Amino acid sequence: MIVFESVNKTFPDGTTAVASLDLEVGEGEVAVLVGPSGCGKTTTLRMINRMIEPTGGRLTVNGRDVMSVDPPELRRGIGYVIQQIGLFPHRTIAENIATVPALVGWDKRRTRERVDELMTTIGLDAGVADRYPHQLSGGQRQRVGVARALAVDPPIMLMDEPFGAVDPIVRARLQDEFLRLQSEVNKTIAFVTHDIDEAIKMGDRIAIFSQGGHLEQYDTPANILAEPANEFVESFLGGERGLKRLALIPVAEIEADPGPVVAPDDSAEHAARVAAEHGTDWVVVVGPDRRVRGWTFVDGVGDARGTVGDAELRPFALQVAAGDSLRAALNAMMASRTGVAVRVDGDRRYEGILTQELLSRTIR
Amino acid sequence: MDILSALAGWLTDPANWQGSDGIPNRIFEHVWYSLTATAVAVAIALPIGLALGHTGRGGQLAINVSNVGRAIPSFGIIILAFILAGIGFIPVLIALVALAIPPIITNSYVGIRAVDPEIREAAAGMGMTGAQILRRAELPVAMPLVMAGIRTSAVQVVATATLAAVIGLGGLGRYIISGFSQQDTPQVLGGAILVALLSLATEAGLGAVQRAVVSEGLAQRNAEAAVAAKVSATTT
Amino acid sequence: MSVLPDLPAMAPVVAAELVRWSWIGDHVDDISRRFNEHLFLTLVPVAAGFAIAFPLSLAAVRWPRLYGPLLSVTGVIFTIPSLALFVLMIPFTGLSRLTAIIPLTIYTLLILVRNTVEGLRGVPRDVREAAEAMGYRPARRLFRVELPLALPVIMAGLRIATVTTIGLVTITALIGRGGLGQLFIDGFTRRFSTPLVVGLVLSVAFAVTADLLLLGVQRALTPWARENR
Repeated sequence: MIVFESVNKTFPDGTTAVASLDLEVGEGEVAVLVGPSGCGKTTTLRMINRMIEPTGGRLTVNGRDVMSVDPPELRRGIGYVIQQIGLFPHRTIAENIATVPALVGWDKRRTRERVDELMTTIGLDAGVADRYPHQLSGGQRQRVGVARALAVDPPIMLMDEPFGAVDPIVRARLQDEFLRLQSEVNKTIAFVTHDIDEAIKMGDRIAIFSQGGHLEQYDTPANILAEPANEFVESFLGGERGLKRLALIPVAEIEADPGPVVAPDDSAEHAARVAAEHGTDWVVVVGPDRRVRGWTFVDGVGDARGTVGDAELRPFALQVAAGDSLRAALNAMMASRTGVAVRVDGDRRYEGILTQELLSRTIR
Repeated sequence: MDILSALAGWLTDPANWQGSDGIPNRIFEHVWYSLTATAVAVAIALPIGLALGHTGRGGQLAINVSNVGRAIPSFGIIILAFILAGIGFIPVLIALVALAIPPIITNSYVGIRAVDPEIREAAAGMGMTGAQILRRAELPVAMPLVMAGIRTSAVQVVATATLAAVIGLGGLGRYIISGFSQQDTPQVLGGAILVALLSLATEAGLGAVQRAVVSEGLAQRNAEAAVAAKVSATTT
Repeated sequence: MSVLPDLPAMAPVVAAELVRWSWIGDHVDDISRRFNEHLFLTLVPVAAGFAIAFPLSLAAVRWPRLYGPLLSVTGVIFTIPSLALFVLMIPFTGLSRLTAIIPLTIYTLLILVRNTVEGLRGVPRDVREAAEAMGYRPARRLFRVELPLALPVIMAGLRIATVTTIGLVTITALIGRGGLGQLFIDGFTRRFSTPLVVGLVLSVAFAVTADLLLLGVQRALTPWARENR
């Protein structure tokens, strides 16, 4: 647990980087510090391991006031990952990962076992252990940086734009791996980024800072998107706030509409009636096995004596399930001429339809 | 203190300021040897260094040759040239020119190579020919290093020209060599001081030239280039 | 003055006269003595220079304001011709070994300080920062992280300083301190090229060998840099 109590940082030249900050990062929580450049988010992060010294207030890490601990001692117990990684070019990958174990005096066997374990955890081939950093790709190096920070299993991790230097595809993969890893190791993490989308994706809670180190809002991503505390937060979230919220809400959260459903052997007349009841000019065709066969315009079914099954059915190219986000549902709506998304269960059985009206009612 | 007053006496004795063995004439000889050697070296080395830098070919070879050159003592070369060619200005000139060439080649080569490729690209993109790129874009940007190379060579030449006296020529070294054989300490020290002052004056004077010919936009590179060139040069 | 027709006939004579092998055989002791003097006058100043330059460099990295003046002062001394500096030492140290050793030591300072400082400054910021954030104390960080990374540049300085000193030592013969330069003087006074050539070859060979030796040491100490580029 990391607790800031009225923490200040004023530099010798008089500029205030952080002003009277109160912030608490709970055990096992990822708190993302986000804000425009110069907002003091990195300063805040670096005060936690005293790379920068606070000038006022109280800052405790797991109950200990950081100012009462010898900085090197403090730092050995806090993992630190930065954008430039800072791997030691003169040491092999294994030696890099073993840096802090060596500093705190682990024996060779314990160190080697830990290195092997970490290499597996972060998905690095054992063959690279004896290579030097310059022989690895950017993504691999970033993984080594994370492994090195995890070496002595510190309860606290500080990460400063850790995925900022890799290309978007690798970044997305590293973010996913990080989330998977965090679900296993449950560290208390302070994570700095300038990218609000990364913050929403990675954070259990997001702290939004404005210029001069003012904390504007600290809450879960969903709450921040739902209720921005003020205009600054709202503008920082950007114009697509609704879309970002949709991305955070699972389909399971809202109740699906039953929709204009007909069976393949229903008559054209019946289909027309169902469509009219729902105010549409199309129907969803669901088989006896509850699987979605497709959809059709009611006036395409033909003469009144025919059945729906005779008509040419069009597929729903995208279907959503309970675990998908409402954003995926919106995407499915956009992809279909019907303007709705079909929700199915795990066995692809029909559960109902989602309409744009349902979505906008949810996030309004 | 005796020595100091004797030295002051030697330096201020009017007899030492006249005639062919007088200080003005010795300074003139020393400057003459140095200037000729530096001018010949610049005429030979600068085009080579610039061409190597512009084309980017053969530069590593030139640098390696220069590095080996640093290991060859110019004192030995002067005496070798004397034994082979006899007394005269030519053996000294050969040794001095050989000494002066490497720093000019390496520094002008490195200077041109270090020009940001974007600058070269932009120049070519604006329609400059190869020679125009060299003269209007590469050379001005490389000027701090080019000048530092010439300056270093010139100072080394002034230092080494002192040794011309060993094989019977003039210059300020004359006082040191003759003073030794006559056991005339004030003369030896006086010669040493004059040589040191001439070297420092050369360094300072060429420093002023360098500041004058280098664009103000690149001025902060001058000092760094000067130290870099000095460190990489032969010393006598 | 009709030297031109004689030239082809003269050339082999000169070549034959350039090295008289029997003289070398008769003077092995003398040559090795000169070489040992040369070796001594190289090793002592380079070692002493490094011993002085190293703390100076650490100070210049710690207090950057020192660096400019340090370079200026050592640079000015570097500009003074060695013969002049040797001679100017005579009132203080007579014609002792120190008369050669002190100036030679001072000459190495510019090179060694510059390369050590540049080497340490060239250690990437992120690496330095990562070391600090992982809990390195300053002394350990210097010896385990910064110096190893600065080593190639520091060693390059040591190589330049050594080769430069080997060249400068030839001049010390003029103030009676011997070394291979004494062979140049012997050759000159007797108008006899063999000792001169022996001295030249030995001093060049010494410089090249020392340079390669130090390069080998550097390679052995920096295994991580081997596959670079």
